[in-house]
Amino acid sequence: MPNTPNSPIYVTDALIAEDIDAYLEQHQQKSLLRFITCGSVDDGKSTLIGRLLYDSKMIFEDQLAALEADSKRVGTQGQEIDFALLVDGLAAEREQGITIDVAYRFFTTEKRKFIVADTPGHEQYTRNMVTGASTADLAVILIDARKGVLTQTRRHSFLAHLIGIKHIVLAVNKMDLVGYDKAVFDRITLAYRAFASEIGITNFTAIPISGFKGDNITALSDNTPWFKGPALIEHLENVEVGSAADEAKPFRLPVQWVNRPNLDFRGFSGQLASGKVKPGDAVRILPSGKTTTIDRIVTLDGDLDEAVAGQSVTLTLADEVDCSRGDVIAAADAPPEAADQFEATLVWMADEAMIPGRAYWLKLATQSVSATVQAPKYEINVNTLDHLAAKTLDLNGIGVVELSTDKPITFEAYGDNHTLGGFILIDKLTNATVAAGMLHFSLRRAQNVHWQATDIDRDMRASLKNQRPALLWFTGLSGSGKSTIANLVEKKLHRMNRHSFLLDGDNVRHGLNRDLGFTEADRIENIRRVGEVAKLMSDAGLIVITAFISPFRAEREMVRGMLPDGEFIEVFIDTPLAEAERRDVKGLYKKARAGQLKNFTGIDSPYEAPENPEIRIDTTAMTPEEAADLIIDRLLG
Amino acid sequence: MTDTLTHLDRLEAESIHIMREVMADAAKPVMLYSVGKDSAVMLHLARKAFYPSPPPFPLLHVDTTWKFQAMYELRDRMAAESGMDLIVYQNPEAKARGINPFDHGPLHTDMWKTEGLKQALDLHGFDVAFGGARRDEEKSRAKERIFSFRTATHGWDPKKQRPELWNLYNARKAKGESIRVFPISNWTELDIWQYIARENIPIVPLYFAAPRPTVERDGLLLMVDDDRFPLLPGETPVQRSVRFRTLGCYPLTGAVESEASTLSEVIQEMLLTTTSERQGRIIDKDGGDASMEKKKQEGYF
Repeated sequence: MPNTPNSPIYVTDALIAEDIDAYLEQHQQKSLLRFITCGSVDDGKSTLIGRLLYDSKMIFEDQLAALEADSKRVGTQGQEIDFALLVDGLAAEREQGITIDVAYRFFTTEKRKFIVADTPGHEQYTRNMVTGASTADLAVILIDARKGVLTQTRRHSFLAHLIGIKHIVLAVNKMDLVGYDKAVFDRITLAYRAFASEIGITNFTAIPISGFKGDNITALSDNTPWFKGPALIEHLENVEVGSAADEAKPFRLPVQWVNRPNLDFRGFSGQLASGKVKPGDAVRILPSGKTTTIDRIVTLDGDLDEAVAGQSVTLTLADEVDCSRGDVIAAADAPPEAADQFEATLVWMADEAMIPGRAYWLKLATQSVSATVQAPKYEINVNTLDHLAAKTLDLNGIGVVELSTDKPITFEAYGDNHTLGGFILIDKLTNATVAAGMLHFSLRRAQNVHWQATDIDRDMRASLKNQRPALLWFTGLSGSGKSTIANLVEKKLHRMNRHSFLLDGDNVRHGLNRDLGFTEADRIENIRRVGEVAKLMSDAGLIVITAFISPFRAEREMVRGMLPDGEFIEVFIDTPLAEAERRDVKGLYKKARAGQLKNFTGIDSPYEAPENPEIRIDTTAMTPEEAADLIIDRLLG
Repeated sequence: MTDTLTHLDRLEAESIHIMREVMADAAKPVMLYSVGKDSAVMLHLARKAFYPSPPPFPLLHVDTTWKFQAMYELRDRMAAESGMDLIVYQNPEAKARGINPFDHGPLHTDMWKTEGLKQALDLHGFDVAFGGARRDEEKSRAKERIFSFRTATHGWDPKKQRPELWNLYNARKAKGESIRVFPISNWTELDIWQYIARENIPIVPLYFAAPRPTVERDGLLLMVDDDRFPLLPGETPVQRSVRFRTLGCYPLTGAVESEASTLSEVIQEMLLTTTSERQGRIIDKDGGDASMEKKKQEGYF
């Protein structure tokens, strides 16, 4: 085989041929290392990965024949094999000559199985690299020996460190092109050390290699007699990673699924995020704080005496305590905290920029809650590492933010526990994963901020008024008739001796919300405040009526979430844009069309109509009086 | 220091975690069961994930009526053993038109498998389907997500796929959309075989060498599995000791000549072999280089 150093690492055919059972026995005891390679095509990253696959015999004859043919046709290495072609991906990318996603490759040696996350360069780099790095134990940072430490080297190193990768390999590639010069290697290593310590990387392993020629990949190369090792593969095989460190931490198991095959069995299924657990161990269920002990560790292969970090198991508990998906079973004497306000680093991954104040789904371990993010405290320039002022985060933006959740979550700092500190944000409308985040710490402990218990509760206030509180939330285009109909509804309620309060959009903007404009962020804050006020009023027992354009579904859903089930009644005043514009009661459409009003709903700002409103009023089919009667019928009927 | 968990332990734990995560958001999940070795491992993992409950979803076999007889036998046995419901779906239009691999070429796969799968998912309203695809099988699959999103028409849009960080999967979807979930994405062919050996998982006997009636056609060794196999003039089935590296429709699946009749021998042969697993499959080769990717966009796995 060309260019393959005759290393003992891969000489296994003999054992396979002679004693397959001995081979399999040995092979079954292998561990797993996941790593990421960072660098652009120019650094020879694809060539290196192709080389690893090739040298570990993951390339079969039919693939090799195709590779040789492709190398001659489109390769960049003349008549020699272009390993980079092995790891090329989707057809569209191939045509453009770029890769735009994360690919996973597999190879195996005598000691370990490897999963390589291959993340390409270019604009999507941050998103892809963070994704690939999130599951990696180790990062190989590639440097072109001719170029030295570049901006992108800093970027890759910063991202690897940010995501908490403890093992960094600095692979100084293309040593063949600098005559295997020790001075070049030393100079680059020194420069990198200076930079690395700046960002907090205290330890790394530098290896001079040639992915193309195969130097110091599987075995030490004769071309670099000054390098004492280890070769890349040797290092990857021996670096200590994985379970030991996680097992030493306190026990945590986020509950994924409650296993209830019959009335006699209730098990809690999940994967151990850290620590170990044995039957008889005292545990605490979070967030409830209830304590009990582990009864059994149940698997299809029989009960276990012990389970360790990384294993997926089903636990049964000695006592009948409440426990469901999203709860965390933890060591009783070292439980994690719960909180609802945090500082975190966010990596923005969506084309649409972050909207401060908007509610997103936050998923952390098996917990899903609603979360809002404040404008960033600062954004980090991944190239210079400078902290910049920012109002939002765009695609690939990284920033430090404060966020709050609608109920406390059980967590640990990301640095202590990746499972209980890493999260994703999900857009509530598109369901896209828009950000990845890492919790730093809680801003205050939610468990210490108790609701002040009052003796008179909302039910008592409402019953004194002899009514059920409700929030009639009118939504619709400007000029659709919201205020007119809302006003009629309140008049009718008043005549019926119902206690009500009408919050009108224009009126609120004269006082409570006079500091807000009409940008998307301000509109969201406008609705949030109105929602909170409406909630207080409904707690007071009132029937609250609001008339706001409230164009975004996400914010209407946010207010719905603030109120007890059934109390939020969405009233969609459905007037087509053309009709509202024809009426143009306040002359606003004319102004907007003339360009004198910016961000006008329906013209240059979207209106997201309700999908399933409780009440829909077609103003082209009924009079305001009829509409008001219908709404009251539905409210009181 | 040695790791407590081996690579197979870790792969197993990851796959189980994935299957349990699906249960959090899925309204009506189903497991696609093709009876091959990957399906066998996936089914075994599902039984482990939910034990002592049976897996909380049915098995779906999108049948072409042209599978090996031995596959049908194992399918029925495993469904009974696992305590899961088995749904067998055969595209009625393909059935009515008598679509077969001998006369209809690529249309056979398209109608029975691609169309059949879409029809079956729509008919039952399944919103999540587990599949046994692996990233190491084929180049375009190296980038496939574990949770792969499909539009209401089952299309796959590379731009709509979500980043997957840590072990956090976002399984939220709009009405009508569906997800294909690949819990054994990170397993390689060797992992599969080792796990079958370690866990003693039943697989179709065709994976082991035995004398079987075969004919050589277009460079492939085809097994004459039943009397629907039209012999060309001059063709006579010859008993050869053969086995299969992958299983599909018998007229489309090439056998390899082999004496490997035990699991160890099969693994041995696999490790010493010089051709890739999918080489014996006709399906990858229609349409050239990007054919798997094209098929995926059309809704095939």
